[in-house]
Amino acid sequence: MTEPQRGKLKIFMGYAAGVGKTYKMLEEAQALKAAGVDIVVGYFEPHGRKETIAKTEGLEILPRQNIPYRDSVFEEMNTEAILARHPQVCVVDEFPHTNVPGSERSKRWEDVEVLLAAGIDVLTTMNIQHLESLNDHVWQISGIRVRETVPDWVVEQADEVVMVDLTPRALLNRLQRGVVYEREKAERALQNFFREQTLVALRELALRQAAHEVEHRIVDEEARLLPSDGAAAGSRKHHRILVLVSADPKTAMIIRRAKRVSDFLGAECFAVAVQPTGDLSSLAAADREAIEHHLNFARNLHIETRILEGDDVAAALVDFGRRNQVTQIFLTRPRRKTWSPALSRDPAQKVIGLAKDMLIVIVSDREPVAQ
Amino acid sequence: MRTSRTGRELRRKTPEELLREVQAEEAASGKGHLKIFLGYASGVGKSFRMLDEARRRRERGQDVVVGAMQPKLPAEVEPLLQRLEVLPLKAVGDGTAMDLDTLLHRHPSVCIIDGLAYDNPPGLRNPTRWQDVEDLLQAGINVIASINIQYIAELREQVEAITGKHVDQTVPLSFIQSADEIEIVDAPAEAPLERSPDEQVQIQQRQERLSKLRELALVVTADIVDSQLNDYLERHGIQQHFGAHERILVCITPRANLREMMEFAHIIAQRFHGELIVAYVRQANISPEDQSALDARLAIANAAGAHVEILEGEDPAETLLDFARSRGITQLFVGHSQRGGLARLKGSPLDKLIWEGRGMDVCVFPQ
Repeated sequence: MTEPQRGKLKIFMGYAAGVGKTYKMLEEAQALKAAGVDIVVGYFEPHGRKETIAKTEGLEILPRQNIPYRDSVFEEMNTEAILARHPQVCVVDEFPHTNVPGSERSKRWEDVEVLLAAGIDVLTTMNIQHLESLNDHVWQISGIRVRETVPDWVVEQADEVVMVDLTPRALLNRLQRGVVYEREKAERALQNFFREQTLVALRELALRQAAHEVEHRIVDEEARLLPSDGAAAGSRKHHRILVLVSADPKTAMIIRRAKRVSDFLGAECFAVAVQPTGDLSSLAAADREAIEHHLNFARNLHIETRILEGDDVAAALVDFGRRNQVTQIFLTRPRRKTWSPALSRDPAQKVIGLAKDMLIVIVSDREPVAQ
Repeated sequence: MRTSRTGRELRRKTPEELLREVQAEEAASGKGHLKIFLGYASGVGKSFRMLDEARRRRERGQDVVVGAMQPKLPAEVEPLLQRLEVLPLKAVGDGTAMDLDTLLHRHPSVCIIDGLAYDNPPGLRNPTRWQDVEDLLQAGINVIASINIQYIAELREQVEAITGKHVDQTVPLSFIQSADEIEIVDAPAEAPLERSPDEQVQIQQRQERLSKLRELALVVTADIVDSQLNDYLERHGIQQHFGAHERILVCITPRANLREMMEFAHIIAQRFHGELIVAYVRQANISPEDQSALDARLAIANAAGAHVEILEGEDPAETLLDFARSRGITQLFVGHSQRGGLARLKGSPLDKLIWEGRGMDVCVFPQ
């Protein structure tokens, strides 16, 4: 065995900027250092917050690397320097960050993967709104499409997820005192996430996610401790979820929802497209790109994908479902309210008619709540 | 992606406005503000968090008094405590109690109470400490308190099933829910273990118990936050729900495969820590066969311990959808009987549910 033992990942999860994730993480870093652990700060975002900056005192901070892009120079975490320094534990702020083009890896969580693979433990921070499967929920709550997301499996494989809680009122208080952002930036923050009801709803999402992460780890631990005979596995009905992938932009929404439900049920998840040729060659460029994009998106979330051959989408889908013991099929809501079933190109109605042994889930179109 | 609407601009409030609003409401009521730090086990750092807040408030010029502390204190809180004014507990008979009269007389702006779940010795004004806290709040004193979930009366059974330990002194959940703010102090299960290392198997078992308590604490906090969110939305006349809490509505129809629907609904509700609601729409001119089929299904739902909402309305689909929207349903479970008869799908009540149930996932069960 030449490969080092994988490092442990601990995520400090919050629901908004200013709840104290970084502060809490640095507090733990200080405690580890005091206990004699070799710990460095790989990336830290001060945001001009005095109390947080004070918490870095005495910690070794590795310099960032400069990456030129267009006419500017951007600073990113220097993953290679951390690998060379190889501490026991590394502090990495802002897990969902997207690196500037030209960086070795496009996402910071991918940099963290590299550190973990090298056997370095990582402490990191993120807000709940960056979790991929909640993207539509967050849009519904806040009216904001978060672009920087972290796939759920990355969070799920963390060894610990800790909820950093602060009441919205205390957060608004901090904002008012200018602790969280400087004045003009605060004005901008008010425009989006920092409405009281948005904060409360995001906080609830974060609490429920943290509860799920704890439960998920209990179930995993129980499975590890129990002998792996069929008895334990058979006692629970196995769920398998199938998602229909099309060029419809709403496909991303059903993929996220299906992934979330599979994670909570401990189910397997497949995403399939159906084409007469069994590949995407017969499609117009725009449709082909859209379907490829959706299949890629599913694969990035660790969903198995396939392109089925068939002229009749509904029949091919149900047939595949039957052969693979699928228990649920996830579909988008049809565009038109009424139509002639015979003429309809939307497979939903036909799938419902054909799939006598499967549950059909028509996924909600989540839209921002008018506020 | 965001469209700016003038209406929204007008209604949007800044944090300053929001705070002023809440503070004005509180000032008008004359009641003190209650903030509770909730933990899942001793050792997660509740006392530290609470006293750290006390320190910060004192530094900001607020008049803070510590009204009650736990008998055994972790070492890290000592330095915090030394910088605060502490009113010792008073001896009453064989026991001790918070010195309520002195606190009411001293009338600080903020009173810190570590450990809410204590019964008072006999002979005092109130039998329990949380009732003392109510008196402080009534007198306009703000209170910051801490409690572990095992001391919440309604959770006692659940917690005892996990820990096997019986707890005598509890606080009603309604009191916790009445808090203006509730904050969870979360930490992974191994953190409290550092205090008392044990043997390997025992450590693992203890860790699992602590994880279960931790999950419970997170869910309880989420539920309280959810009810506060609903209050807020109601007060501000916002009709829509945010869907942060999964709510499943199982619709009973004469031919629904209710057993399977209920079974799955239970699993979903359990995994998502969601709420399960069962409903049916009372229909006039129902055939005797349908009526008895319906009765059989109602019996199944009742046997499963579900409370069944009976709805009235001319259009069954509309009635169900209105009900679902008013309750913030995120998943609608319906049975589908017209299999094969595609032409009949159009215009049927179930059809309407499927295609008009916007804002919720519609799960169609074969039957």
